[in-house]
Amino acid sequence: MKYVDEFRRQDVASRLRDAIAEAADTDRQYRLMEFCGGHTHAIFRYGVQDLMPDNVSFVHGPGCPVCVLPMGRIDNAIKLAVDDGVILCIYGDLLRVPGSGRTSLMKVKASGGDVRMVYSTQDALQIARDNPTREVVFFAIGFETTTPATAVALQLARRERLENFSVFCNHVLTPAAIQNILESPEVRRIGSVQIDGFFGPSHVSSIIGSQPYEFFAREYQKPVVIAGFEPLDVMQAALMLIRQLNDGRFEVENQYTRVVTREGNQKAQKLVAETFDLRREFEWRGLGLVPYSALAIKPEFSTWDAETRFDVPPVTASDVKGCECPSILRGAARPTDCRLFDVVCTPENPMGSCMVSSEGACAAYYSYGRFRQSASKSEAAA
Amino acid sequence: MCLAVPARVVDVDALSDAATIELGEVRKDVSLALVDDVRVDDFVLIHVGYALSKISTEEADRTLALMEAAGIVAEDNL
Amino acid sequence: MSAAVRRFPVRLDIRRGFIDMSHGGGGRAMAQLIDELFLKYFDNPYLRQGNDQATFAVEAGRMVMSVDGHVISPLFFPGGDIGSLAVHGTVNDVAMSGAKPLHLSAGFIIEEGFPLSDLERIVKSMAEAARDADVTIVAGDTKVVERGSGDGVFITTTGIGVIPDGIEISGDRAAPGDQVIVSGTLGDHGVTIMSSRENLTFDTSITSDSASLHGLVAALIDAVPEVHCLRDPTRGGLATALNEIAFQSGVGMSLTETAIPVRPAVNAACELLGLDPLYIANEGKLVCVCPPEQAEAALAALRAHPLGANAAIIGEVTKDPNSLVQMKTDFGGNRVLDWLSGEQLPRIC
Repeated sequence: MKYVDEFRRQDVASRLRDAIAEAADTDRQYRLMEFCGGHTHAIFRYGVQDLMPDNVSFVHGPGCPVCVLPMGRIDNAIKLAVDDGVILCIYGDLLRVPGSGRTSLMKVKASGGDVRMVYSTQDALQIARDNPTREVVFFAIGFETTTPATAVALQLARRERLENFSVFCNHVLTPAAIQNILESPEVRRIGSVQIDGFFGPSHVSSIIGSQPYEFFAREYQKPVVIAGFEPLDVMQAALMLIRQLNDGRFEVENQYTRVVTREGNQKAQKLVAETFDLRREFEWRGLGLVPYSALAIKPEFSTWDAETRFDVPPVTASDVKGCECPSILRGAARPTDCRLFDVVCTPENPMGSCMVSSEGACAAYYSYGRFRQSASKSEAAA
Repeated sequence: MCLAVPARVVDVDALSDAATIELGEVRKDVSLALVDDVRVDDFVLIHVGYALSKISTEEADRTLALMEAAGIVAEDNL
Repeated sequence: MSAAVRRFPVRLDIRRGFIDMSHGGGGRAMAQLIDELFLKYFDNPYLRQGNDQATFAVEAGRMVMSVDGHVISPLFFPGGDIGSLAVHGTVNDVAMSGAKPLHLSAGFIIEEGFPLSDLERIVKSMAEAARDADVTIVAGDTKVVERGSGDGVFITTTGIGVIPDGIEISGDRAAPGDQVIVSGTLGDHGVTIMSSRENLTFDTSITSDSASLHGLVAALIDAVPEVHCLRDPTRGGLATALNEIAFQSGVGMSLTETAIPVRPAVNAACELLGLDPLYIANEGKLVCVCPPEQAEAALAALRAHPLGANAAIIGEVTKDPNSLVQMKTDFGGNRVLDWLSGEQLPRIC
C-alpha cells in the first residue's frame, strides 16, 4: 500500500532509533503526550516504545471521541431508539460503549431496538431515503476529522428535503480539550502534569491545519509536533520534540507535511462553519464540563436536529467511583495506577472512558502493554 | 483516533461528486464533497467514506528522504 | 429425512416455490420436500433406509464427534455458501483431532417464505462439499419457523470420524521449543463476508477460503505423526486459536510478523475498516504445533497439498507462565496478541 508501507519500514526505524538515542540527553526525562488514540494505537501495535531509550516515555491522552462521550449522551441515544422508536444509525465504534445501568446500544439492538451500523453518513442518508415512513437519526460523534462528513449529510438532507432524517450531534473540538488537560481546576487538585511536549493530531489537523496549536505552544511553553499515525511518523516526531526540548524551543512543527498545511482544509472548514455553532460547554467523559469544546447544529438546520425534533433531556450520569480516568486522561496517572484496572474494569466490561474504545489509554494498555513487564521477566527467566 | 487511509483515485465521477479509490487491490466509492480538483492518480486520505484531503506526493517523498537520513529535519519545516 | 421413497403427483415447483409451514409439519408436503430435494442430492444407502436414524458398522479404535451450528449473512458469498460451509466447518472440527471424517448429520431450520430455488442451491452445494470430503450425510431433520423468526436458513451439522492409531493431537500438548505453522493466508473468509455485507461494500478479488481440510490433515500426519496440536482458526482468527492453545498447554508463543502470510487485499481491507487480519475468521486454514525436529517435514507436507501451498512457519512455543502470545513486529518492536475483546467491528477511530 503506497504511503502506508513505506512508513512502517524496519530499517528506517532502526536509523531513527539510533538518532533518538543520540539526541536524548541522558540527564533528563522526556515525557511526550500523544493526544490522539491513533498515535497510542501505533505505539502499541508496532511496539514503538521498545525502540525508545529509557528516558523517553509516552503519556497517553484522551484523544478518542468514543472514549470521551459522556454516559448521558449514550442514554439519550438509547432513549431515541427505544422510546421514540427511530432507526438509529451509528458508527461501529459506538455499539459497545456503556450507558448508565450497564446498558449499551448493542444490548438495545439485541432487545429489538432498530440500531444500524453505518460506515458513512451517506449510508445513513440512504437508509432515510429507503424508509420514508420511519424517523432516521444519525448518532454523530467525532473530532474535527469526522465533523465535515456530518455537515455534508445535513446540507444534503436540507437540499433533498429529507424530513425523516436528523442528526444527534456530539462533535467535539480538540484544541479545547488539550487546553483543559493543562489548566483545568482538576489539574491543580491532581497536581502538576508532567508533560514536556505534545504530539499534535494528524487527521484532525488535516482539517483545522497547524495554526490553531500556535497559541497553545506559546501560552503553555510546550513544543507541539503534528505527527502522522504511522510508526515512523511517531518516531520522527519524537525526535523533533526531543530536539526542541534540548534547544529550549516550544514551537509548532509539522512532521505530517504530506497531508497537513498551516491553513488546513478550508472547504471543509467552511462547510462546518455553515452548519454548526459552538456550544458554550459540553461534558466529556473523564474531563467533566469543558467550555466551548463541542458543536451544535445551527438553528437554520433545526428540522434536521434530533435535539429539537425529539425530547433529549440533559442527563448527567456520573462516572464510576474509584475510576482514575480523569487523572489518566491528563497524563497524571498510568492505567496500572487505577484500582479498577484489570480487576473490574476490562475491555469486556469497561467502567471508565479510557477502557471504552480500543484506542483508549487503558484499553490499548490492556491489549498490548499489560504484560510487557511480566513478559520480559519470564523471558529472562527462561 | 480518526482512522484514515491513503488511497489512489482510479475514477472520478464529477456528476455525483464521487470517486472510486484503490488501496492494495481493494476498491471503494467515496464522496469528494470535501476536496476540490481531484484527478485520477491523485492520492487522497479516506475517512468514513469521504476524501478528507489530497496527499502531497512531493512532501511524502521529502519526509521519507528525511527519515532515511536518520530523521534530520530542517528547522524551516513548517 | 426419514421418509420412504414415494411418488407425488405434482412435483415441487423449485423455480418459483417457497417454504411454508407445511414443509416442517410432518405431513405429505414435508415428505415431498425430503424426497425431491434432500434425498435427491444427498442420496446414499443410509438415507434410503428411510428410518429415523442411520445404522452403520464402526471400526475398532477411537472415534471423535463434533457439532457446529452455521448462521451466516449473506447466505451466498464469493467462494461458498452456507451449505458448503456447514460441511467444511464440521469436517474440519473432526479433522483437527487427526481423525478421518466419516459421516455427518444435518439439521435445517428454515424460515417460512424461503425460496425453494435458494434451498436447492444450498442443498446441492452441501452435497458436493460432502462428496468432495468423502463423507456421507446419513441423517437429517427439517424444521420450519414462522417468517421473522429466522434469518433464511440455519444449518447444524454433527460429524463423526475415526482417529488412526498412534495419533495424539490435543490443544494441551504444545511444549516449549515446538514450532507453530499455518497452512496459508489469513483473513480471507472474514474479509470476503464483510465485503459482501450491506453498507460495507467494497470491490475486491478475495474469495472465502472455505474448504474441507481432512485431506491436508491426512497428508500432514502421514508425514509427521508426532504433530502435537491442530486447530482451525475460525471465529476470532489466528490470535484467538493461538491464545487457546497457549492457555490449554500452559505455554507462551513467540511469533514473527513478517512470516505470517496475509494477502495484500486482506491487509488493505483491514486498513480501510480498522480491523486486524490476525483476528479475522478463516474457514479453510489450520494452525499446527509440532516438535522442532519435524517442523520442516510438516511444512513440506503441507506445501505439497493444494490447500497448503502458502504454508509457513510463523513462530515457536515458549516457556511462559502467563501464556502470552507475543509477536515481533515487522517494525522491530514487540506486541502482545491478546484474546479478542467483543467482536471485530468496523470503526472510525
